Amino acid sequence: MRLSGIVHRFSPNDDINTDYIISGRYKFKIDDMNELAKHVMEDISPEFSGKVRNGDIIVAGRNFGCGSSREQAPRALKAAGVSAVIAKSYARIFYRSCFNVGLPLVECDTDWIKDGDIITVDLDTGEVADARTGQKTKAKPIPKTMQILLQDGGLIPHLRKHGDFALR
Amino acid sequence: MGKTIAEKVLSSHSELDCSAGEIVIASVDFCMSQDGTSTMMIRELESLGFKSPKTTNGMTMVIDHNSPCPSVDVAKIHTRMRDFARANSIPLFDVGEGICHQLVPESGKVLPGDLVVGADSHTCTYGALNACSTGLGSTDVAAAAFTGKLWFKVPDTYSVIVNGKMPRRVGAKDLMLSVIGSVTADGATYKSVEFSGEAIDASSMDGRFTMANMAVEMGAKFCPFAFDSKTASWLSARGLGKGANVSCDPDAICEKKYDFDASDIVPKVAKPHAVDNVVDASTLKGTKIQQAFLGTCTNGRYSDLEAAARILKGKHINAGVRLIVAPASRAVLVEAIDGGVYAALLKAGATFVAPGCGPCVGTHAGIPGDGENVISTANRNFKGRMGNNKDVGIYLASPETVAASSLTGEITDPREVKE
Ligand code: SF4
Repeated sequence: MRLSGIVHRFSPNDDINTDYIISGRYKFKIDDMNELAKHVMEDISPEFSGKVRNGDIIVAGRNFGCGSSREQAPRALKAAGVSAVIAKSYARIFYRSCFNVGLPLVECDTDWIKDGDIITVDLDTGEVADARTGQKTKAKPIPKTMQILLQDGGLIPHLRKHGDFALR
Repeated sequence: MGKTIAEKVLSSHSELDCSAGEIVIASVDFCMSQDGTSTMMIRELESLGFKSPKTTNGMTMVIDHNSPCPSVDVAKIHTRMRDFARANSIPLFDVGEGICHQLVPESGKVLPGDLVVGADSHTCTYGALNACSTGLGSTDVAAAAFTGKLWFKVPDTYSVIVNGKMPRRVGAKDLMLSVIGSVTADGATYKSVEFSGEAIDASSMDGRFTMANMAVEMGAKFCPFAFDSKTASWLSARGLGKGANVSCDPDAICEKKYDFDASDIVPKVAKPHAVDNVVDASTLKGTKIQQAFLGTCTNGRYSDLEAAARILKGKHINAGVRLIVAPASRAVLVEAIDGGVYAALLKAGATFVAPGCGPCVGTHAGIPGDGENVISTANRNFKGRMGNNKDVGIYLASPETVAASSLTGEITDPREVKE
């Protein structure tokens, strides 16, 4: 599967936590992900939700998605149109939850990617390419378990399809 | 080859002889969700045609994050939880009972050797009871409830050894902040962290709960403590069984080792806006605070309230400070009333809110004003965490440091305050 989108970067770049992705102020009272999507990244980038377009890609540094287990974070990113996240590393709960809801995460060095660049990601080969600079890198391969979940459209569709875990 | 606690628990629950790095499908003993994470889980369970949990000891839901309910929108979420719980005979802890991570162990739902998941990141707290427990998203918890199983990557283990004796007015929170300060916020991502050493043996169960609770702040998946006589008496005092009692083999492979000397630990504070931004409390002298918060699943237990009361008894908090106290559970509040701790804190100027998360996550009951500083016993100080992102600084510290600072109106090393 290949994805292509415009890059959004934030400051801070490392340790972007799930409170920043979607604040507790909203996650508790709004149950509709499209409504929640209007507030993604609000605490660190108030203009982001107005700017983000379908297919866009978030690029960050280390430990993206740390903190609270709120699954509203991956779901609201998805509802906002984000097609993938590329970061140096991810927090554990966020990592699982993204694949569970069908949002692909790509792990590689990201220092070379600039805000506004157009990036193409090949989820099968792991190739990440920048249309502006022509620069390329190879991301860490997505583990088989995660690939199966993505192909099935997430964990719940996976269970509905197989009636049980079929991750091998 | 010897095994770590994580390897043993995942082996026994997958009926495989597994080691770090492998992916296993393991049976889950218990799962839970709270009011911030339940609706997504409920929706997924309903879509799967859920009837009753397949987890060995069932599941529970807790209304603690927004409790009592602050708005019409949240009331809808709470009603949905109550309806689902009633329809499927799932035990639900309602308003005023307390925080999920206090109620689940108090109610005996986690025993040594268990594998537990919860739709809340601080589910790692039950590691204090020699269990492997971890926080997950709502979809994972729905899958665990529906199938009774879940896939796990067997984590590598970091061994943290703390020898020596903790000085006076220095506690588990200070030790854990020191550990997180050196391991960093992502230094133990995916790992199982096992504590051992003289200071851990000497630590109370409450101290172990505080430490296991904060393990996720360095990215950890599990934080199982060894089973000892303290674990046994904690369980027997509540009429609970002993569980499976799992220990780490001496020849087990630990990926990394950290050594700390407890006698070097001093009162610590995590400065805004990162939990690993840790300094000695004494270096922040002169930093004014407007709010102090005593509570949360980290430090809202009876011993925490009692430690604060020892410092505040017979005195009054600074005129410029609001001190908010949220007991971790109804049982903690009752104990505080019976033991005189409640009266001591109230007379010192504290404001009590209902047992539950209180202002920890910024949804009600104590949202700070623009530009204010808060000293808190919580586990997170992210920007905006307490509901206001306009230059609010959250400083994390022990109950003693929070109490001392509420007396002086500025961040204060509790060793400077006379009892
Ligand atoms: S007290 Fe705070 S950290 Fe603990 S469960 Fe509640 S909101 Fe989460």
